[in-house]
Amino acid sequence: MKQVYIYRSFERFWHWTQAFLIFFLGLTGFEIHASISFFGFENAVKYHNIAAYALLILIVFAIFWHFTTGEWKQYLPTFKNLKSQIDFYLLGIFRNAPHPTKKTVLSKLNPLQRLTYLGLKLLVIPIMVISGLFYMFYRYPQGQGMATINIESLEIIAVIHTLGAFLLIAFVVAHIYLITTGHTILSNLKAMITGYEELEDDDHEKESKVNKEVKLETNN
Amino acid sequence: MRKILLALTFLAIIIITAISVMKSDIYYPPKVVDLKEKYSAAEKPTVDHSKFAILDQHFDKPQDVTEACVTCHNTRDQEIMQSSHWNWERPEYIEGRGIVYLGKKNAVNNFCIGTQTNEQACAKCHIGFGMSEEGFTFTDKANIDCMVCHDNSGTYIKAQNKSGYPDPALNLNEIAQHIGKPTRDNCGVCHFFGGGGNNVKHGDLEMSMFTPDRSIDVHMAVEGANLICVDCHTTENHQMKGKIYSLSSMNVNRSTCEQCHTETPHEDNILNEHTIKVACQTCHIPAYAKANSTKMYWDWSTAGKLKDGKPYTEEDSLGNHTYMSIKGSFEWGNNLTPDYVWFNGTADHYLLGDEIKDTTKPLVLNQLHGAYGDFNSKIIPVKIHKAKQIYDPVNKLLIQPHLWDEKKGEGAYWVDFNWNEASEYGMSRIGLPYSGEYDFIETEMYWPINHMVAPKEESLSCESCHSRENSRLANLTDFYMPGRDYNSYVEFFGKLIIILTLLGVLTHGAIRVFIAKKNNKAGN
Repeated sequence: MKQVYIYRSFERFWHWTQAFLIFFLGLTGFEIHASISFFGFENAVKYHNIAAYALLILIVFAIFWHFTTGEWKQYLPTFKNLKSQIDFYLLGIFRNAPHPTKKTVLSKLNPLQRLTYLGLKLLVIPIMVISGLFYMFYRYPQGQGMATINIESLEIIAVIHTLGAFLLIAFVVAHIYLITTGHTILSNLKAMITGYEELEDDDHEKESKVNKEVKLETNN
Repeated sequence: MRKILLALTFLAIIIITAISVMKSDIYYPPKVVDLKEKYSAAEKPTVDHSKFAILDQHFDKPQDVTEACVTCHNTRDQEIMQSSHWNWERPEYIEGRGIVYLGKKNAVNNFCIGTQTNEQACAKCHIGFGMSEEGFTFTDKANIDCMVCHDNSGTYIKAQNKSGYPDPALNLNEIAQHIGKPTRDNCGVCHFFGGGGNNVKHGDLEMSMFTPDRSIDVHMAVEGANLICVDCHTTENHQMKGKIYSLSSMNVNRSTCEQCHTETPHEDNILNEHTIKVACQTCHIPAYAKANSTKMYWDWSTAGKLKDGKPYTEEDSLGNHTYMSIKGSFEWGNNLTPDYVWFNGTADHYLLGDEIKDTTKPLVLNQLHGAYGDFNSKIIPVKIHKAKQIYDPVNKLLIQPHLWDEKKGEGAYWVDFNWNEASEYGMSRIGLPYSGEYDFIETEMYWPINHMVAPKEESLSCESCHSRENSRLANLTDFYMPGRDYNSYVEFFGKLIIILTLLGVLTHGAIRVFIAKKNNKAGN
């Protein structure tokens, strides 16, 4: 086992900012939806809109980061090992069987994670962003001169946006639980905070090389 | 440390950009301070009417005063004769009917029903002298009553049931010398007492507004802006801005808040967007009939009970009539929450002679048009006045009864208490058939609430409408409103998926904990 620098600073910053924004958007969003009551409707709307813009800006940076670093390749779906990964969560984990997928800097995600995060990034987040933008710039039917976008009814936008919000909550619940399934209960959480995680070191030399390069990069 | 600083800086940039994107549409609404300054300047009259020799004389009859007025104001009489205040009617285009001449002259309402055959009594609120059942010349300029609107002495008063003539005891000389711009008293003496008493009709126009405080009306408040009626109901050549939809049908010449405040008066853009679909009054008039009660229900069918052969009245604890032999029973309300409807500025009316299509449902006498999908429509607050009034069940027509007369035996209901005779007389005068049978039908009228604007701290909050329970707009169901509406399938599916996920991870976790404990024991 070896301490490996696996999550770079931007990645961690992006992760935690996004986590906070999604939590905050959920809180204010479900207040607008009248499911909970906390800030008051008016403030909830105000804060929800500000947080929405913050998330949009963050997403733009994150996309840029993914493409410039090549990290987007982490999410390429693979069906190799998919079945054994499912078997691990359903059975192996209870028998202390080893993780079927090796976590390395170049391949941080197991096949199941790849599919889930790809779905999140290509489906749920875009749906939330697009329906959210429609929600924000929606104008009443033919809204006299202020018509940016004319849609007959807000209902379809609101329904999609709400549905997405429910899915995100379900995702967060599963996500928070699944991070406890690392080497130890807290090792995944610690990795996302410090960037370092103990990984099996069969590709020792290669990894430490990459690790150094990464460190150099981030220090610039 | 450097990384933390970098992260914090980056975070700050994101938040600042987000907030500035929100605020990028910098907008300066018209300052209320400027408006206040504009209206605080006291208007100085350009002439002193007490200095004119022609007004310093004894006037035998009120027409002589008018003759004196028009010697100087020699075109104003023509302006008056084109006004609805004088003609008691106005050409209105009603979809499906074409041009209709509509006004107090011929309209039907669910208060005192109509002026026809009762002109001498109703003319107390006509700006003329000598209106009577036998006919009235709307072309004789001497019959114009200048004083009722322009008396600034505060003494002018019209006599009861005298065809619009003033109280004969008045000193017309004194009044003629104190002429000026109409005050709240001039307008209020008719408009506050429509329907036979204070605040009977409108609910938002009543005698507390002669000298209101801020909580009654923020614009007219004596200690505030102290606006008078004609500050908003601006008038050019005696044509006044604004009208009430008990008598109007077209979306023209309306007196609006936007005249001063523009369509986007808020600093908050989201609030400004509301003005596309929500009238100012909806949020800024949270309650009406704030000081005195307004009539909400008028049941004509109980009229006619007599005590010892004489008509009588009953009152509630606030002094409101609950029963009058001549009019029937009433229900009143005060400090009321308005009803809300879509309104695009056009309305249809029940006109005398229209056949009632469905006598089982309440008949709406002035149907306000509007819908969410109609781009001229806004949500407005209204008072809905309900009544039970007389109609002819055979011909399916509302009846215009003869109510008032000077003497007995003329068929006037208020004197003889005979519906049959009153109907016979009334309907034959207006040239409509009467079958000899009468009954009472439920009717409704919609009175837009425009006055009694509250101070801004009392205006509605978001939750007044955007809430699941007790939304003020609960009855307007033709659109989706965040905070009020939801899709029950999405709600069910969403909650289900969260519960299933929770159950899944809890079960999974529990098994892990259980096995770990077992292994620990085994290890020991």
